Amino acid sequence: MNAKQNEHLEALQQIRQLMERSSRFISLSGLSGVAAGMWALVGAAVVYSYLGISPFNHRRIYYRQALEVEKWGMDYRSFFVLVAFSVLLLALTSGIYFTTRKARSKGQRIWDPLTQRLLLNLAIPLLTGGLFCLGFYYHGYIGFIAPSTLVFYGLALVNASKYTLNDIRYLGIMEIILGLLALFYLGYGLEFWAIGFGVLHILYGTVMYFKYERAA
Amino acid sequence: MKHISTRLNQAFDHRVRLGIMSILMVNDWVEFTALKEMLEVTDGRLASHIKALEKENYVEVRKRFVSRKPNTSYQATELGKKAFQEHLDAIEQLLKDMP
Repeated sequence: MNAKQNEHLEALQQIRQLMERSSRFISLSGLSGVAAGMWALVGAAVVYSYLGISPFNHRRIYYRQALEVEKWGMDYRSFFVLVAFSVLLLALTSGIYFTTRKARSKGQRIWDPLTQRLLLNLAIPLLTGGLFCLGFYYHGYIGFIAPSTLVFYGLALVNASKYTLNDIRYLGIMEIILGLLALFYLGYGLEFWAIGFGVLHILYGTVMYFKYERAA
Repeated sequence: MKHISTRLNQAFDHRVRLGIMSILMVNDWVEFTALKEMLEVTDGRLASHIKALEKENYVEVRKRFVSRKPNTSYQATELGKKAFQEHLDAIEQLLKDMP
């Protein structure tokens, strides 16, 4: 290989890198996935212990079980809402923390047009899904909520993957498959939910952490 | 061989200009400061290279005020995108033809 050829190759590499770096949000930290997954598992564990059941060996539908339980001075509705929002809040907080930390250590800006575009494209399917689930709740189809959250979350990830690390796309596809499975195994919603939001996040976060952060 | 190398566009014959065009190929309206940060060059150097691309009509400028501060953004023109694509094809062809 001669010098001229080397120079051209370098130029092409630089062009590719700049196109990639300037159009995608790459500060997303794998650790935020791990943290979100752990909070989800903690949340699921708290719900199981509230209901006094254990995963998978319970043929009865957990929300029917829920109607009969009143523990720790709370009825199941306020309890579920409290757990769900705590998990969401903790997951978001740790996600923002780890991602900001990664961006700062690489000297990248966190609030730029790329971040905004990523969040917007994540938010459209996610908010749609949220409202959709409120509709299910309103009509009393509680069993459809867990599968729907997984499917819409998966679609949101697939949509957002165009604007960040492409690995998110496959996580999204797995969430969609899991959500569709859950739709045909109603009654195991909490199990599917714990796998999708807990286990998959931890797995994916770990893989991404070792792929992009440990090496760098 | 010679007829191919003549297709390399002289306007892009610089690392900074290649960088500017790469970023503008995949983004609409990029701010001056964002370009500066991504390419890690000084204001003066960036400005002079943009000016050169502007002169060829490969890049267009938008100046406006965002919360009372002047804000300058750049976008690649259709002509610029086409020229850059041809330049990339030429580089690729050169690499292929070299032993």
